[in-house]
Amino acid sequence: MNTTCIMCPMGCALTIEEKEGVLTVVGNGCPRGDKYGRAEYSHPERVVTTLLKGSRGGVVSVKTDRPIPKDKIGDLLAWAAAYRVDHAVETGEVIAENAADTGANILATSDFKG
Amino acid sequence: MERFDVVIIGGGPAGMAAALGAREKGASVAILERDDRLGGILNQCIHNGFGLHYFGEELTGPEYAKRFRDQVTKDDGIKVYLEAMVLSLTEDRLVRAISPTAGLIEIEAGSIVLAMGCRERSAGAIALAGTRPAGIYTAGMAQRLSNIDGYLVGKEVVILGSGDIGLIMARRMTSEGAKVKLVAEIMPFSSGLKRNIVQCLNDYDIPLRYSTTVTRVEGENRLTGVYVAPVDERMNPDLSREEYIPCDTLLLSVGLIPENDLLNGSKVEMSRITNGAVVDEYRQTSVPGIFSAGNVLHVHDLVDNVSEEAFVAGRSAAGFARGELSGGDTVNVLPSQGVRYALPQRIHKGEGKVKIYFRVDRVYKGRTVLVTSNDEVVKRKKTLVMAPGEMQNIEIDKSLIKGDISIITEE
Amino acid sequence: MKKYDVIVIGGGVVGTAILRSLAAYNAKVLLLEKSSDVATGASRANSGIVHAGYDAETGTKKAYFNVKGAAMYPALTRELRVPYRMVGSLVAAKEGGLPAIKALYERGVANGVKVEIIERARIEALEPNISPEIRYALYAPEAGVVSPYKLTIAQADHAVQNGAEIRLEEKVVSIKKTEDGYLVVTEKAQYVASYLINAAGAGAVEINALLGESTPEMKHAVGDYYILDSKAAGVVNTVVFPLPDEKGKGILVAPTADGNVILGPTSRVVPHDEAEVNAVTREGLALVREGVGKLIPKVDLRSVIRVYAGTRTAVGGDFIIEESCKFKNYFMLLGICSPGLTSAPAIGEYVAAEAAKSLALTKKEKMLPLPDRFHLTKATDDEIKDKVASDPAFGRIVCRCEKVTEGEILAAIHSPLPAHTVDAVKRRVRAGMGRCQGGFCRPRVMEILSRELNIPLSEVRLGEKGSEIAPYEVKDGYGKI
Repeated sequence: MNTTCIMCPMGCALTIEEKEGVLTVVGNGCPRGDKYGRAEYSHPERVVTTLLKGSRGGVVSVKTDRPIPKDKIGDLLAWAAAYRVDHAVETGEVIAENAADTGANILATSDFKG
Repeated sequence: MERFDVVIIGGGPAGMAAALGAREKGASVAILERDDRLGGILNQCIHNGFGLHYFGEELTGPEYAKRFRDQVTKDDGIKVYLEAMVLSLTEDRLVRAISPTAGLIEIEAGSIVLAMGCRERSAGAIALAGTRPAGIYTAGMAQRLSNIDGYLVGKEVVILGSGDIGLIMARRMTSEGAKVKLVAEIMPFSSGLKRNIVQCLNDYDIPLRYSTTVTRVEGENRLTGVYVAPVDERMNPDLSREEYIPCDTLLLSVGLIPENDLLNGSKVEMSRITNGAVVDEYRQTSVPGIFSAGNVLHVHDLVDNVSEEAFVAGRSAAGFARGELSGGDTVNVLPSQGVRYALPQRIHKGEGKVKIYFRVDRVYKGRTVLVTSNDEVVKRKKTLVMAPGEMQNIEIDKSLIKGDISIITEE
Repeated sequence: MKKYDVIVIGGGVVGTAILRSLAAYNAKVLLLEKSSDVATGASRANSGIVHAGYDAETGTKKAYFNVKGAAMYPALTRELRVPYRMVGSLVAAKEGGLPAIKALYERGVANGVKVEIIERARIEALEPNISPEIRYALYAPEAGVVSPYKLTIAQADHAVQNGAEIRLEEKVVSIKKTEDGYLVVTEKAQYVASYLINAAGAGAVEINALLGESTPEMKHAVGDYYILDSKAAGVVNTVVFPLPDEKGKGILVAPTADGNVILGPTSRVVPHDEAEVNAVTREGLALVREGVGKLIPKVDLRSVIRVYAGTRTAVGGDFIIEESCKFKNYFMLLGICSPGLTSAPAIGEYVAAEAAKSLALTKKEKMLPLPDRFHLTKATDDEIKDKVASDPAFGRIVCRCEKVTEGEILAAIHSPLPAHTVDAVKRRVRAGMGRCQGGFCRPRVMEILSRELNIPLSEVRLGEKGSEIAPYEVKDGYGKI
């Protein structure tokens, strides 16, 4: 696969290939790029931030408390689209645990009056 | 008429950090904030990536703002005026503001820190051709409507400009159910962070076209489509290669302008490059006692740098108010050879270290940054890559300063 | 079915001028407008010039109403509290242009207009930034600038204040002659009028057609404009025109009544079905820049805050302002292009008097004045203190560029002719007209409209139906990425 390294502004174009169980990263300018490339290939992860709607209107901003697998972002966003917050929450409060089976909890990143 | 040692105009990240900096020196502080809460634009930046340098962890905008807000609001030495808009200020530091609760506010300030942030360039400012339907927004306006109000501006989106807000909004709109069809960037490179291009565009297969602009828009009441075309080196579009993209939304991320309207007609010396004030290392402007920090001084890419800069300004403003700010001879900081601007533009001779922030004029790989004073090298720093979108800095020893400083890049 | 003495079709500067003049009579009068507000057509997008009156050919209706209308402006705009400044105008000519200037001068004298021919030194005194090539100018000290949409809105407000009715978003779809008047059917309702006035601007041909009246061929020309930030004010003091040509008065540079600078217009002929499209073109903007460079090269286009286009509609050389020969008590106003804005107040009086004569209407003893409105930027400190103390909304600034308070916006939303769209608010109080063009205040104006009109934010419109600004709730219709 091809990707761009984001470890520094250099933005090296990386090519990552797997042959007989061995990963090779080509195009990186430094060891950090090698590490990044390997992680992006085998288990790319992202912290997801989004909004949740309140059951009586309004929105509250939230984030996953840890990075989740990149291929689960769609599941998480679909979960977020359907979820409604029905009570007041404060910044840092856990709104839902193991959301969409991603292993991550959903934390409020702003206060919400409910 | 009330009196405070330090009056801070703007309660965003810069204003709050300046207040804390001034309090560190024991000054009495007032913050005049036009919104109904502190935090400024951070309150609508719900994505993460803030605070890595300052707090050593990744926070969202509202979280970053809250850390400062909590400190500011629990400090009795800081009076916060909310929904307070400054109408005018004078060179002898009389500030006139208005708010619904306090009415007309008149304050005598020992010193002033300008921390009003910046605004987005509009469709008018880029003289966008075509009709004037609904469906054309600055990226920040769409961000506010989504993240604060909970409403989505459209479903099929083209974004002009690949500044960070544009990139962030590409991901935001996508995750709210919209389709982002294209990000068009008139320059051959992006002014946004690499990380945002990967995680906001590539992750969602959103195409980014460089050297491309929107030539005109169509639609009577609601936008129905835009035309895009490649541009030549002089930014002129090749209209023979115009392409029509049906869409209901055009987001503009075409630049930020420091909001210095309060200084119109004042004696504060302005930079034509940054559109902010010319300052010394204390972030003091050419008018004694008036300081400037954050995006109103020059547009930053990281809020961490805003906080750091504003702390300096706040501390210095407190020092000025108490007559403790050291003066003395200054030298000019002169950028050239690849350096578009450097800040501060003036530095006092003396002891200690000073950090010079600068931006390059295009992407450079493997260049050395050279700081000289009276033709003697003061500092040399090798870099792998420098891009206009990423602010650089270099620290120098004040004791080495003999005369005007030049900051350049060389092969 | 509601019965009216007079129905006016079209809420431009002419239609509302007529309505306001009609409101001075003891009569039941109604104005029908197809758009979401008055002043959404040519009355919004024009140069905003009160012409002195030297341009129109002597003896024409244009010359008559121009000179008469211009004279009404100082008192009218004071009464209606509309921004107007008598800044004077120059027609600037290079070496060799003197004969053309003299011809204009003579026409001005014949039309009864105060004009003089001035040379370089005096031109420079008036316009220090004028192009060095300019040698002669026709100076008309009594020309002025006005906010055309604010005038239109104020006329509408004043008319409603005095008993006239205005129905917005009611496009006329059918007109029938009845025994003693006209049956006017709109998308929403039916009305009967004894006297019917067609002031529909570019749409007047359709209105005529509904009744079976013919219309001479109309010519529509779109013009592109630039508006510069108020920071650029001072680069020009008077209305500066080039010598006129066959297309019109040419590309001008002028201060606006609200303190900006206006550049334009071009003149691009479009077919009738494009008369209300108003699209800015790159070529047009280039022509404006070129034209401006010849007059005031110092104009700095980096201070541009908006570009827009407006359409003007002409029928032949003169205005058509007359009762139909075919249909009694059906009055037509066709081709009211420049100097239509200048002429409008005089046209309004004339047409209202014609209707009054025909229906034997009597005049009211007096008209109620428009109530004074608070504007933060025009108030003294003491006035501000009192106002905010009595209503805190006047201390809450919503538009930071133009310093417009929530109180002013609420007043616009609840004015005699209520503003119910973001653009309608903007035209009344300038929220969003400054250098950030609503980047900051538009969501806030939307929030206020949503609250005051009791509609969800998703239904708040920029202008017409279908121009909802944020039509969806987040998450709605979220599918798989």
